[in-house]
This record gives sequence, structure tokens and C-alpha cells, in this order.
Amino acid sequence: MRIRSVARVVLYGVIALAIVGVGCKHPAPVTPAAAPAPPPPPPQPTVTLQATPANVQRGQAATLRWSSTNATALTLAPGVGNVSPEGNTSVTPNDSVTYTITAMGPGGSATATARVTVTVPPPPPVAAAPAPSMEELFAKGVKDAYFDFDKADIRPDTRSALAETAGFLKSYPQVKVMIEGHCDERGSTEYNLALGDRRAQATKDFLVSLGVASDRMQTVSYGKERPFCTEHAEDCWQQNRRGHFLMVR
Amino acid sequence: MESKDGYKDGARMRISRLAIWRAAPGLMLFACALYVLVAPAAAQDWFRTGTGLGVSKPKVAVADFVSRNDASAAMAALFSDVVRNDLDYSGIVDLASKSFYPTQVPSVPMELNYQAWSDPPASAQFLAFGNLTVTDTSEEIQAWFNDVKNPTAPPVVGRVYHGDSNEEQTRRYAHQFADEIIARLSGGLPGVAATQIAFVSTRSGNKEIWAMDYDGANQHEITSLHSIALTPRWSPDADRIAFTCYPTAGSILSAQICVYSAVSSRLLNWPRYRGTNSSPAWSPDGTKVMFMSSMLGNPELFIAEADGSRPRRLTHSTGADTSAAWNPKTGQQVAFVSDRGGTPQLYTMDADGSEVQKVELPDMGYVIDPAWSPNGQLLAFSWRRPNGNYDLYVMDIATHALVELTRDAGRNERPSWAPDGRHMVFESTRTGTRQIWSMLADGSAVRPLTSAGQNESPNWSPK
Repeated sequence: MRIRSVARVVLYGVIALAIVGVGCKHPAPVTPAAAPAPPPPPPQPTVTLQATPANVQRGQAATLRWSSTNATALTLAPGVGNVSPEGNTSVTPNDSVTYTITAMGPGGSATATARVTVTVPPPPPVAAAPAPSMEELFAKGVKDAYFDFDKADIRPDTRSALAETAGFLKSYPQVKVMIEGHCDERGSTEYNLALGDRRAQATKDFLVSLGVASDRMQTVSYGKERPFCTEHAEDCWQQNRRGHFLMVR
Repeated sequence: MESKDGYKDGARMRISRLAIWRAAPGLMLFACALYVLVAPAAAQDWFRTGTGLGVSKPKVAVADFVSRNDASAAMAALFSDVVRNDLDYSGIVDLASKSFYPTQVPSVPMELNYQAWSDPPASAQFLAFGNLTVTDTSEEIQAWFNDVKNPTAPPVVGRVYHGDSNEEQTRRYAHQFADEIIARLSGGLPGVAATQIAFVSTRSGNKEIWAMDYDGANQHEITSLHSIALTPRWSPDADRIAFTCYPTAGSILSAQICVYSAVSSRLLNWPRYRGTNSSPAWSPDGTKVMFMSSMLGNPELFIAEADGSRPRRLTHSTGADTSAAWNPKTGQQVAFVSDRGGTPQLYTMDADGSEVQKVELPDMGYVIDPAWSPNGQLLAFSWRRPNGNYDLYVMDIATHALVELTRDAGRNERPSWAPDGRHMVFESTRTGTRQIWSMLADGSAVRPLTSAGQNESPNWSPK
């Protein structure tokens, strides 16, 4: 009997080994056989961006070229906005700038960048400043003559103003002038026409005494008809009591 | 013409009396006189003036003119208003208040109830009345002026006017009728209702010459020179207006004399002279023009023929001489403005330049704008006294008695007499802008004539 028992133990042991060995080669499935297989995840979008040429001079254009996969919306910044999945556009940045394109799709988003470097050309050689026009020289060099109320006498300050004017007229002998005699609003129209005439004439006579040729100067009296200033006060009246110079062509 | 003056040296005042207006012999009612009262010393130089003090003026009523058909209602009302205004403004009548008029209005003399108008409350001595008929193309106005206190007397004035039917024509007829009444009541001195006033206005953008009826109606532009036009003066026949203009000749621009013909509505040829030429004044006989010119250097007075030829220099001074005003009665004397003494003052001289005399006034100031009255006895001018006002004064040439016509009402300048010597036109800033006003020559009955733009330098036509 004993032998049978031993044989039984060996037998069982072999069987057990066999079972273990089979089990090692063919492990039993651990999930339920009834559940479906999961779908594959959506693909990640991709995008590329190129700038041609990457270096431009200010004012020149560069072309941005891009392509993408798996993207549903693309934005090109700065300054371009929404773009199609593939394409190109021309940009003329004023300064160096890095363009960024952002592609978005169901699988996520991706970005790409391209830099356009702008170089500022050296400024052209500065042209020599234009010579001031004769009008500008005239406005700078010719001083009006101012007068006292009811007077046509050349005052001391008027003498120095007219000396400047005479200096200008001698420097530019081609210039001819009209001297307008003006008055303030006080007094009659008629009296002021006469007074304005005397002021224009006194201005002319003084310039003649400084050596300016008489035939270069005409006179006209406007009396109180063409005031420079229309307030009713002395500041204004003084502005209007004058011999005023105009250049005559 | 009578002219009296007297001085009464008392503790309070000096009185001088000027008779400005012609007193018609036999019509005592119209002896209109200016009274000059120099007020107490405490009030300094405050003059008081009045017309007809102590003298009653004839009381006149103007009945509404009866419109004979529907079409004439507006014209009848206009005619009545203009006649009423003209008589009121004549200064020689007392207009009865319309609210006292009888309800029954006569259209022809047959219908006139004398007593209803002469009794109180109307209490009129004279009545103007009549009727007006308008057809498609013309109108007829029958107008009478009767002495209602004297039913047996014939009408003082009886007139029929027939012409185009429009407002301007209706106004003209009303002025003619009023002038005839005024002439009869004043003993022959014509009314001025049909006269015109020339002036300078900025309302079209530049200073141009304008004209209007004496009452401010019918204002219209005369020149369209688009530069500067100043100082208009009517010729004695009222056919022409001389003024200061700024024509250009090549590059030469200067003030010159321009003459406009009211007959041909265009500028007449007038020679140009060197320098500034301005402020023309006609001699009373119309054959000469005096003006300021600097053709020989300094601004002096020159006299030329009416067409501008043969200019001759009249004044010789180192200052400015301008603003000539002839004595319209004699044609021999001229008042003008000169600053030969330092500031602008009045001078007189004979028309040939001799006998220059300064017009002495109580204080210096600034004297401009002389204007001689039609009877040659009074000189109006504007005077800026040392206290700073600009006011109008009238001076009796013989006695140098003075009347101040304006006071404390802006700047008042450029007086010009109406041919009746009873009215005056002038410019004033009393409303803030420079406008033309008229008044009786004693300073009363002041009326605005213009309101649009800036208006200056009025000149009353001599007829």
C-alpha cells in the first residue's frame, strides 16, 4: 500500500507540475471577454513657419510661408490673424519681429515661429538746407516804423528799426517796397487818410536819408481802414500806428 | 433869417439863443429857435437844448387814406404811415394822437366833417386825407390837406398821383405829398422827405458806397468796387456822388477821387494824381471840387474843376490839411481840418486859400468833420474834448456860441445837414456798432436809420 501512496504523490506532483507548466505558457485572461476595444487617440497637430528672406531692409517685404497637419484653426501673429491651413503672405515689418503661428486642432495645439530681422539702411546723405527765400529774408531783415498818436515824426526806436530796414534794402538792391501808412481808429476817416500818408512819406524820407534809392519805394495811405489789431486799447492802437513794408515784385 | 444872441452874466448861467430855422413871416407858429443854456458851473459844460420853447406848432392829423378796392388796402396803409411819419419827423408840426381821431374818415372833401376833426379830443388844425385805388398795373392816389378850422377855405394842398403800383412808388408819392405840406406850413422852405442819404457800409464784405431814403427805407448798394470806398459827397444837383476810392493801376495802388453818376449809374472819368487823394467836396455851384492830395508831397487841400482837371494847391502847412466843407450859402468860405498846430483843429479860409483862421474853441481836444448848415450861419462838427468824449456840436459862426447835440451816447461823428437846415444825419456807436442816425438839428428826435453791418460817413443829398 505504501508503494501506491508514493506513486500517488508522484503522480499528483507530475500533474501539478504539468498544470503549472501549462499555466505558464497560457495564462488565463484577466479581463472579461465581453468589453469593446478603445479608439485610437486623435493625432497631434503640427505646423511649420518660414520667413523668406529672414533679413530685410526697412521697407522691404518678406514672405511668410506655413503648412500644417491636423489643425483646424491657425493664427499668425502679430498683425496677420487667422489663416488657412497652408499658405503664404507678404509682410513688411518696420522693425525686427518674431512671427508665431499657432495651430489648433482636436489633438491639441502646436506653434512655430520665424523671425524677420529688419535692418535700418543708413540715412541718405543730408541735402544742404535750402537757401531762405527772399520773403523769409525780407520778413527777418525789414522792420516796420511805429509812430506816436497823431504824429508822423520818426521816434528814436523807429530810427533804429529803419536803420535795419535800410541795411537790408542796401544788401538786396533788387528788392522794391511798398510802404503802407496806417493809423489807429481814433479821429476821422479823412484825417487819418492824410496822417497815414504823412507816416508813409516820413518812413520813405528817412530811408532815403540813409541812402536807399527813392525810386525803389512807393507809398500808400490806408488811414484807419486796414488795422492790424481791432481792440479799442492803446496796445492795439500802437500796433496800428505804423509804416508797414511790403515787398513788391 | 434872424439870429440873435445875448449874454447874461449872472451867478448861475450864460444864455445865448440861436434862431436856426427860418421863421416864415406871417406864420408865427413856426418860429423855431434853439435855446442854449449853459448849465450851472457845478455841472461844468452841460448844455441843454430845445426847439420851439414857448412856441406852439400847428396840430396836424393824418386820416387813414381810404382804399377804394381790396387790392389797394396795403398801399393805402403804407401811404398813410409814410405821410404821418414824414410830418411827424419834419419838426414843424405837432401830430395829433391817432387814438383821438373821429371814427368817420373822409375819402374826398365832400365827406369831410370839419368840426369832428377840429373839436377835442382830436383838436387838429389841419387834416391830411384822401383815397387810393390800385389796378393790375397802376395806382391812383387822391390826396388833400385842409384847414379844418376854416371850412370855407380851399384845400391847402390837393394832389392826384398816378403811376406804377409798387411800394417804392407809393413811398415816393407819400414823400412828395408830405414835402408839399411842409413847404406850405414852413413858408416855402422845402421838406426833405424825398431826399436821399449816401453812406459807407461794410454789409457786402467791403466798404462800398450805399444810398437810402431820408427815413432809412430803400437801402441799396451804389458801388461794387471790392476794395475800399469812403467819404461820399453828393453834388449840388444830386446827380453825382464824389468819393474816395482805391483803384489799382498796374502795381500802383493809392487813394484817388472817384465820381459816380446817379443818372447813368456808372463811374465817370476822373484823373488820377500822385500820392493820396481823398475827401472830395463840391463847391455849391457844382463847378469845382476841393480835395486833399499829397500829389506834391505833403497832404494839402487842392481845388480842381468838376471833371478833376487843373488842380491847384490851396494850403501850405507842414501838417495834414483835409475835410474841406464849403459854406453852401456863399460859396466863398471853406472850413477844413488841419493838424498844423499839433492836433486836428478847425480852420476857415476863403475858397482861394487866403485868409486862413483858426476856429477858437473853449478847450483843445480834437476837432474834425466840419459841416456847414444850408443857411451858412452854423458850423456842425465832432469834437473829442479832453475828457474823452466824441460828440457833435453846432457853432454859430458869427458869435461862436456853441450847442452840444449829443452826450453820453457812444462816439458821435460825421454830421451832415439836410437841405432844410432842420435835420442832421450822423454816425454813432451808441448801440455798440457804428450806425447811421438822424435827428433834428437841436439834438432831439434821434432816430436810427441803419442796423445791418457797420455804416459810416453819411451825406445828405442837397435836393
